[in-house]
Amino acid sequence: MRELSLHVLDIARNSIEAGATALQISVVEEPATDTLELTVRDNGRGMDAAALQRATDPFFTTRETRKVGLGLSLLQATCERCGGALEIRSRPNEGTEVRGTLQLTHVDRPPLGDMGKVVQALACEADRTSLRYRHQTVGKRFEIDTHELRKELGGVPVTDPRVLCWLAEFVKNGIISTGSKA
Amino acid sequence: MKTREELRAIRERAKAALAVRDSEGGLRVVVAMGTCGIAAGAREIMGALLDELSSRGLSDVSVTQTGCRGLCDREPMVEVLIPGRPGVSYCRLTPQAMRRIVADHLVNGQVVNEYAIGAGTEA
Repeated sequence: MRELSLHVLDIARNSIEAGATALQISVVEEPATDTLELTVRDNGRGMDAAALQRATDPFFTTRETRKVGLGLSLLQATCERCGGALEIRSRPNEGTEVRGTLQLTHVDRPPLGDMGKVVQALACEADRTSLRYRHQTVGKRFEIDTHELRKELGGVPVTDPRVLCWLAEFVKNGIISTGSKA
Repeated sequence: MKTREELRAIRERAKAALAVRDSEGGLRVVVAMGTCGIAAGAREIMGALLDELSSRGLSDVSVTQTGCRGLCDREPMVEVLIPGRPGVSYCRLTPQAMRRIVADHLVNGQVVNEYAIGAGTEA
């Protein structure tokens, strides 16, 4: 993946496939410890210990149509290549949390990229899965929640293309306003 | 700069449109968003699709997603579903091709053969 935001989209798609009704994504930049932390948390069906153990194995998948599952293993490879690690916590019927850390200034670290378009793509499923996105830098924070947005919109769906186009730009600008270096 | 005020303006316009919208609709575009699709550029295809729908005021086309469809080498892919007609899958898309599919297929009902595969094979 050329951008970290594409990894986030990929992992968050797993959450939606796992039947999550609530999805939380956070990106935290900590220059003091030189870390960039990406977290995707859901309330989907979760994994048992056996599945969790094999989750980052590219030749493990729970689907029956194919024999490979590359998303988590690709993110793990990216994190480890950039002086970080991937951590997954999960409980059956409760949900899953995927947390990737990378060295913020690592020379091989891909850029975060267009997170606005990622939030936009995920918000297409806002009727089924609400999304909260949080971006944090030193002393600054940007946050958006499709659940709040829905209230603000009255009867107009979050999935209206005009709303989704607004959302992509709003998130992009919101992240810029935090002084993001990611 | 996108602001909350702009969102409220969209809401008011959309509400007015909801009141007059006729009930035909039922058009659907499914964007493949598996790992392979995302790596091949599905996010940009989605962005171009939504932008084109937004600027043409086609707010009743429903946009959904699916995972890997098993043709990873032909990603990015979308499927266009129009009630009463066979579904059409499009592959190896570019944002420009996606915009053309909105104009030619969704608006004018003409399949864009250049990018189509499996026309008529999926219900």
